Amino acid sequence: MRYVEEYRDPVAAQQFAEAIKSTVTRPWKLMEICGGQTHSIVKYGIDELLPKEVELVHGPGCPVCVTPLELIDKALQIAAQPNVIFCSFGDMLRVPGSGGDLFSVKAAGGDVRIVYSPTDAVQIAIQNPDKQVVFFAVGFETTAPANAMSVFLAKQMGLKNYSVLVSHVLVPPAMEVILGSPDNHVQGFLAAGHVCTVMGYEEYEPIAKKYKVPIVVTGFEPLDLLQGIYMCVSQLEEGRYEVENQYARAVRKEGNVPAQQLVAKVFRVVHRKWRGIGEIAQSGLGLAPDFAEFDAEARFGVSGYTAEEDSECISGLVMQGAKKPEDCTAYGKRCTPDHPLGAPMVSSEGACAAYYRYRRLRSDELVNVGSKSRG
Amino acid sequence: MAEVKSFQLQCPTLLNDSERVQLAHGGGGRRMHELLEGLLLPSFKNDLLLERHDGATLNIAGARLAFTTDSYVVKPLFFPGGDIGTLAVNGTVNDLAMCGARPLYLSSAFILEEGFPMESLRRVVESMRITAAEAKVQLVTGDTKVVDKGKGDGIFVNTAGIGVVEHTLTIAPSSVRVGDVILLSGDLGRHGIAIMAMREGLSFETTIESDCAPLWEPVAALLDAGIEIHCLRDLTRGGLSSGLIEIAETAQVRISIDEMLIPVREDVAGACEILGLDPLYLANEGRFIAIVPEHATASALEILNHHEVSSGTVRIGQVLEKPAGLVTMKSRLGTERILDMLSGEQLPRIC
Amino acid sequence: MCLAVPGKILSVHGEDFARMARVSFGGIVKEVSLAYVPEANEGEYVIVHVGFAISVVDEDEALRTFEILKQMGELAELDPQAGEA
Repeated sequence: MRYVEEYRDPVAAQQFAEAIKSTVTRPWKLMEICGGQTHSIVKYGIDELLPKEVELVHGPGCPVCVTPLELIDKALQIAAQPNVIFCSFGDMLRVPGSGGDLFSVKAAGGDVRIVYSPTDAVQIAIQNPDKQVVFFAVGFETTAPANAMSVFLAKQMGLKNYSVLVSHVLVPPAMEVILGSPDNHVQGFLAAGHVCTVMGYEEYEPIAKKYKVPIVVTGFEPLDLLQGIYMCVSQLEEGRYEVENQYARAVRKEGNVPAQQLVAKVFRVVHRKWRGIGEIAQSGLGLAPDFAEFDAEARFGVSGYTAEEDSECISGLVMQGAKKPEDCTAYGKRCTPDHPLGAPMVSSEGACAAYYRYRRLRSDELVNVGSKSRG
Repeated sequence: MAEVKSFQLQCPTLLNDSERVQLAHGGGGRRMHELLEGLLLPSFKNDLLLERHDGATLNIAGARLAFTTDSYVVKPLFFPGGDIGTLAVNGTVNDLAMCGARPLYLSSAFILEEGFPMESLRRVVESMRITAAEAKVQLVTGDTKVVDKGKGDGIFVNTAGIGVVEHTLTIAPSSVRVGDVILLSGDLGRHGIAIMAMREGLSFETTIESDCAPLWEPVAALLDAGIEIHCLRDLTRGGLSSGLIEIAETAQVRISIDEMLIPVREDVAGACEILGLDPLYLANEGRFIAIVPEHATASALEILNHHEVSSGTVRIGQVLEKPAGLVTMKSRLGTERILDMLSGEQLPRIC
Repeated sequence: MCLAVPGKILSVHGEDFARMARVSFGGIVKEVSLAYVPEANEGEYVIVHVGFAISVVDEDEALRTFEILKQMGELAELDPQAGEA
């Protein structure tokens, strides 16, 4: 596949790895804030190609992981209702709420369906006029244009049986929370390539300047990640803190303007709670007043829910890069992909699941990803 | 304003000890494994069952027979390259073939839902007839039941099969040895994608056909040539990964494979990219792995590549000693990772 | 949130928000919305996320990574010390 395969070339990957090795003179801690990048790093073992001075930590870049517990509970409540067809991306089906997940709702008879695109949910609404179709609109900025379009089209068509349960989050506020934290050790950022494809990267410039942290917009294939890391490390070694664009084949500085325009029309910026982190001001999207009729929370009367997290799950600290999954007392014991306590163990992009699944081999021992043993 | 509710957090491990059967229990992954190990195997404990192979090889009155059964619940019923009938025959034929047994006779039981179209039933039966003829097996006994409308998903089919073992090898995970090589009979994922492509919301314009096919002929050819086959496994639900992991765990060996050697067709790879699926975990219905001693590699490859259904056979890895029970894969970048069994079904993702 | 894949536009139909394309991903073809990339045309590659094209691939930029690698390689040849840790 073009624009995919060539970015997985092992010889080129090794070249970048060598370049990184010959550039570093001291330890650096870089954070990537995108579940897709976490997945790629762990799948290809990219961290293994890096010199030990470069440490990668994974930020809260998995929208599945940061969806608040009460929102999952709201989803479960709505999906369990007899007249509802609940549509969702596959990622959300196994995330545990307070007492079950969407799969168990399906097992108990709920009509829960996986869709590839939000417009598929709109189609289902058109085809089932006697049912209420609810779409679980989860995601970062990358998915907002598609979700916005589904609502826009529903309004255009005057659909009365379509609504969305919104849990959109924005990357820059989360980055600021992490960088602004007194315990922060993150020195460089790899910005999420597809988020920036939609949003551009102008909004990262004030962040880079304020916190003196280099930010490199990075893609997802091995060469993208290695080049992104190389660019970030080069900046750190040179004492620069600029925003650079590694993923220039897809990302323009201004981003995708028509997409941003429709998102601004259908959604507005709101405060959002991030699972494991807490509420971050102005960090999410909710429906704009003109489209408020499509809000599933209002339509189904579930706005007031609250919920409490399991005390042993430290997903918040993991997602802020403050702790590694193996620092968690429940990791690998009470909490595994088969019986997860928190979202990062459920989502295949979650740091905990990625670590658990791809734990690496060193001679005859099993060693967790990220804990570099000597020799 | 809606009443504010707060939830007492329940222990999430309840999800695992759920008192309800979930889809994952049939998915070929961890949950199904747990159901087998936790309920079924201990209940019906005997040495034959504990071989944990696709079929049981029995010694009856001096003859070695293989016996197997499978149920077919696939949705959609009709898909490019086959239907539930094709699967029902080939699936059981292949389980017998994986024991090294020549498939001879099948039984077939139908559970039909009231209201199921007769035309669909005719199509399924006709598929079974054609497939049985191709596989050179006879359907010699069967049963038909009808359940109330709403109590069955159109049609469920169970087939059981008997085959004869005409060699003296023990083809099972217990025969796998360190140093053996792993051969894969062809490209992965066509069946899984064909099925997923037909489901709502995930349709593609181009048609990827299921690879559903009978696998006895290439196995027979290996046996006729005197190849010392240690283990065979057809790759169904859970894909290549699950098949290898089960063998590695049962035989207590390490299996090491190389990503660059695993064949995946470009369009299947494309579908996997869009849906976020891993071809190593996709279902196949006409692919198998053969584990043979190193010295038999060249001959086995030649024989298998001679037959249409296994004409893409390649060597993908080998059996090592430690750590026992693990399957590892060398990525194209040269790094190694562990292939874990999936918890449940593989789902399309956006993330 | 970042599963977006490049595919080649085989043909285009419709207008404005209803503008759609048949896009090939290594041979598998899917209908994709071009609502957000009005400038995209047949023969070009687009990045697709959940059924929507969000960017047109810039072919020149795509080659840049490999040019950089080539330069790095040439530098290493000129100065053998450059490639060592």
